[in-house]
Formats: sequence, C-alpha cells, structure tokens
Amino acid sequence: MAPAPRTMFDKIWERHAITVNDAGQTLLFIDRHFCHELSFHAYNMLHAKDMSVRRPRQTFAIPDHYTPTTGLDKEDFATEAHDALVANLCNNAVRNDVTLFGLEDQRRGIIHVVGPEQGITLPGMTIVCGDSHTSTHGALGAFAFGIGASDVSHVLATQTLWQPRPKTMRITVTGDRPIGVSAKDIILAIIGHIGAAGGTGHVIEYAGPVIEALTIEERLTICNMSIEAGARAGMIAPDETTYAYIAGRPYAPVGEDWDAALAFWKSLPSDPGAIFDREVTLDGTDIAPMVTWGTSPEDALPITGFVPDPATVEDEDRRAAMERKLAYMGLSAGMKLSDIAVDKVFIGSCTNSRIEDLRAAAAIARGRTAKVPTIIVPGSGLIRAQAEEEGLDSVFVEAGMEWRPQAGCSMCLGVNGDTVGPQERCASTSNRNFEGRQGRGATGRLTDVRTLADG
Amino acid sequence: MEPFTRFTAIAAPMDRDNIDTDQIIPGRYLMMPRDERYKNYCFHDLRLDDDGNEVEAFILNRPAFRGSQIIVAANNFGCGSSREGAVFTLVDAGFRSVIASSFGDIFYNNSFNNGLLPVVLPEDAVSALRAALRDQPGAEISVDLETQTVIGPGNLNFSFEIDSHRRHRLLNGLDAVGYTLTFADDIDAFERRYAAENPIKHDQP
Repeated sequence: MAPAPRTMFDKIWERHAITVNDAGQTLLFIDRHFCHELSFHAYNMLHAKDMSVRRPRQTFAIPDHYTPTTGLDKEDFATEAHDALVANLCNNAVRNDVTLFGLEDQRRGIIHVVGPEQGITLPGMTIVCGDSHTSTHGALGAFAFGIGASDVSHVLATQTLWQPRPKTMRITVTGDRPIGVSAKDIILAIIGHIGAAGGTGHVIEYAGPVIEALTIEERLTICNMSIEAGARAGMIAPDETTYAYIAGRPYAPVGEDWDAALAFWKSLPSDPGAIFDREVTLDGTDIAPMVTWGTSPEDALPITGFVPDPATVEDEDRRAAMERKLAYMGLSAGMKLSDIAVDKVFIGSCTNSRIEDLRAAAAIARGRTAKVPTIIVPGSGLIRAQAEEEGLDSVFVEAGMEWRPQAGCSMCLGVNGDTVGPQERCASTSNRNFEGRQGRGATGRLTDVRTLADG
Repeated sequence: MEPFTRFTAIAAPMDRDNIDTDQIIPGRYLMMPRDERYKNYCFHDLRLDDDGNEVEAFILNRPAFRGSQIIVAANNFGCGSSREGAVFTLVDAGFRSVIASSFGDIFYNNSFNNGLLPVVLPEDAVSALRAALRDQPGAEISVDLETQTVIGPGNLNFSFEIDSHRRHRLLNGLDAVGYTLTFADDIDAFERRYAAENPIKHDQP
C-alpha cells in the first residue's frame, strides 16, 4: 500500500520528532532558536539550574526590541535600563558561546527580518523564538512558532520542546490579485474572514495561485500575521522563488550540501490528496486595500469602506464590544475610513520594513510632503544600506519624513522609547492595533505602506 | 512550581473577547525583573487611570471582586504576544485559574509552566458562569484538576478536557526541563542520526 499523502507540516513534524510520551505529546528537535532582550528571564532560569546552552551554534542572539533607532550613543537609549537590557543579552550570548549580531553589527535588525535575510531560516526547519511573530519564518517553508520564557529556557537547555500535535488548516487564495492589492491586504482580508481566533490550535498553510505568485518578502508579510489569526504558525511551500531567494545567503548551504538540501526541500510541499483538518478558500479577485478601524486585527475593512455601526449588531455582547472599540478609537459609526485623520505614521516592523516596502513608501513620498510626522525604521542594517544606496533615504528626508538610521522593532510595540502619545492616532505598517500597545491611550490603525497615501 | 489539585476562590467575570496580552500586562513593564512588583502590573491600564487612580468600573476594582483568584473570560483570552510576563503577573497577583471558551495558544502553553490552570469550556458554559457571577457578586468557583470539573454558583457543574501530560505536570508541580532530561539518551541518539543525514550543517560558524 502506498504511504498516505502528507501535508508539508506533517513532514516537518515527523522529521523532528524525537519521541512521543504516554500522553501523546511529541518531543520535537529545534533547528534554530533566536533570542532577543526579553530572553533574560530564560537565561536566568537556565543559569539558576547551573546549565548552559546545549547547542550554541543553533542559537542566535539579536537585540531588536529595546534598541534605539536614532543612533547607538548612550543618549540614544530611552533609559540606562534599556542599555543594560541590551548589554545583558550580549553578555548571556558571550557566556554561552551563542552567535551574536551585536549593536554595531550591520547584519543586526529585527530577528524576523534577519533570519531569512542571512539564510539562517531555511525550508524544512523547526524554528522558535520568544516572540509571537516567529510565524514569519514559515514563509520559506519552515515550521516556526513563538514561545514563552520558560519554553525558551527549555530550548536553551535541551534544544527540544514538548508539543501536542496541532491541527492543520489550508487557506487557498484563488483567482488573480488585483493591481494595487498588497500582501498586507491579503493577510488582513484573511484575518477579517476567519477572525482573530480563527486559526487557534492550527498551523496554517497558505496556498493557491495568488500566494504562489508572491515574492518572498510578500510571503514573509503573510506568514508574519498568522498569529493575529490565532494560529500556532503559518507556512508556504518552498518553490523556485524560495530557492532563488536563499541561494548565496551567508548561512545557506553551498556545493554538494546545496544539492542535497535542494533535493530535500523539493520533497517538502504537501502531497496531492493530503488531508487538512480545515480548508478555507478566498477569492483573491475580491480583495481590496485594507485598513483596520478597531482594536483587533480582525477589525479590518477595505479603505473605501465605512466605520461599522454597532446598532446593526444583534448579539448584545458583540454590540457592546464594538461600542467600546469605537469609543476607544474615538470614531463614530458611518465615518468613511479614508477620511479618518491620523497624527503620526510609522513605517517599519517585522511585517513591513523590508526593501520592497521601503521602495513602495519612497514611490509614494517622492515629490510630496508628509502631512503628519512620519518615521521610517528599516528592518535591518543591511536594508538600511541598500535603501541608502538606492537614494530612498533622501526621498524620505525631502518629503519631511524621519529616516531612522538604526533597525529595530521601534513603534510597533513602543518599548524602546518610540511611542505614540495618549489619544494620538497612528497609522502603522505593523501587525497589532491592541489598546495601548503603541503607548497608553494611543490608537493604532494597521495598513500597508502602499495604502498610506490614500488614508 | 506550586502543584495544582483543587482550587476554590472568588471568581470575576470578564465579558470581552480577545483580552490580549497587552491588556494583561502593558509592554512597558516587560523589561522589569521578576520581583515583588510584578503583581502590580496586572491589567494595569484597565485597572488604573492615567493618574494612577482606580477605574471604578473595572471588574477587579469592584468591592465584591477584589479578592478574585479565578477569572471567567470569553473567547481568545491571552491572544497576542508570547510574553510570559502575562502569566507571571496573573500568578503573582494571586490568580490560579482562567476559564475561557478559547485561549491564545502561546498564553495557554505558558500557563502550565507557572502553575496557572487554563480551563477550556464551551461558549454557553462560560457564558452561564459569567451570568451567575454577575448575579451573585463575590461567589466562588471550584476548579478541580483531579476530577477535571468546574463547580460554580447555582449548581453549575462542568467537566473539562486537558492533555494528560500537562495535567500530570500541574498536579505534581513538575519542572519541564527535569522531566525532559529523563529522555537524554533519546535526544543524544536523535542528534547523532540527524547530524548524519541533515544536509544543513548546524555546526558551521
């Protein structure tokens, strides 16, 4: 009898399964582990057990959350404690012989930008990081997911994790992508469709002609926001676009190893007839440029739409929730989404800070003047260099925007000092519009770089 | 880690879906070391206004619910970031169990590493529990991990499912790393085999 067809997820899972315990949990081997500044809890737990990192060559320390974006001098840090937190990560890396992309390293940047850029992220891998947007790395055909501090400590100590087997969901985007619709619009439309908890307990595989036609940077944007649909992870099958992207990157295999890796990668896509626990299909032709109006990424609508009216919602709890959201956002039902003024614009984050995003932003900014304070934070030092080589920085500066020289997470979660003020409204190319995320009382609206000109 | 067997305490209803980790602990506190201050960050921006005064309407500030150590929420509690600080602050503020119709996956995982029991019940069950708690402010709920039951006011009684590995760890307060190291031979053997057949060489500089 022929073996049963398997999904890509099944193949990666089974390849990394060390053993299964009596309760049916699998001990998974972890290929790559990224650590940022908040791994201090995990290193403290590890050192309290008198242990050190089991696999330092598979562990990468990259400060990104608390690093300043204006420069690297002492006064660029929000406080001395921020400086100390970054130094603490570097010390933990050195103490454990972990590969470190330190502050001055041009390769440094947002972990979910740097991993793929360096070829550290490769198809078929298991990848973890103490950050929910680790799902980003699935764009290259990896199983990548975020974990908490105790699990970070567990991986540091054992290079493994116990996991119950998640369910699988395939989201197929059919048809053609309309001109002017970005990867961000596609994922916001998907989240709007299945909801912020629609993917809970599942690993999503994105498929179909619209997904296959995306560049790798666009695929990274899609997989990045899998967690905003509640999914454990998101992934896209590797193909020629993937191999072309990986070839020649610093950590990519070369020579005979490349040939062997390529043969392995080509075995990864889901087999024809593989069964997913849930199938969802969206017609790509219907997707329009999107923007959020509320305080959950599921509150997304086309930019041509209107703020929804709670009076039309029957369920009492849901109506109250919508009223609360509108009150927090300072919006009233029926307003045109494109008429809502913003006080600030943030272009950056692990969702949209790559060179294609910056080129799109520059195309809009060229010859125009920003109406509100706008900051642009590149995803990595190498992206900064590329953008400056292309002259994008001058385009931004001439448009009155602020081009930040140092990469990092910045205003997406606002812990490095780049925050949005109370009652200020910020349009962001990032991934979360939760209450107070960008600063207490601040309101966020998620959209794509390419939609900002309309907003 | 403190074992969890049966826990009875005042429970507070939280009606909103999608109570995200930024609401449970604002990002600005994540850099703080785990010390006695951690309990103060719990639901900080919902609990206190800009001047640090208590927000009267917030459920945990209402007199009957001040001593709450169990939360009954709605859908997708703990969605959002991977920050274990969200669990640290709940545990340090005295909470031992959260009952909801669904949880953010990472929050759910993190809970078991800190002696916090997340209980998943159907939507109508959590809705009935919340209604009962609103009708009898300050009423207690019992969460029994051994019998896998939740007993609420007004004869509400529900059983729940839980992965037996996680149940065992919580019942005995077991540390995950210690447990995994009992599989050290399996890990070693896997690593040798994997290194030999994996085209990606992990030990390159």
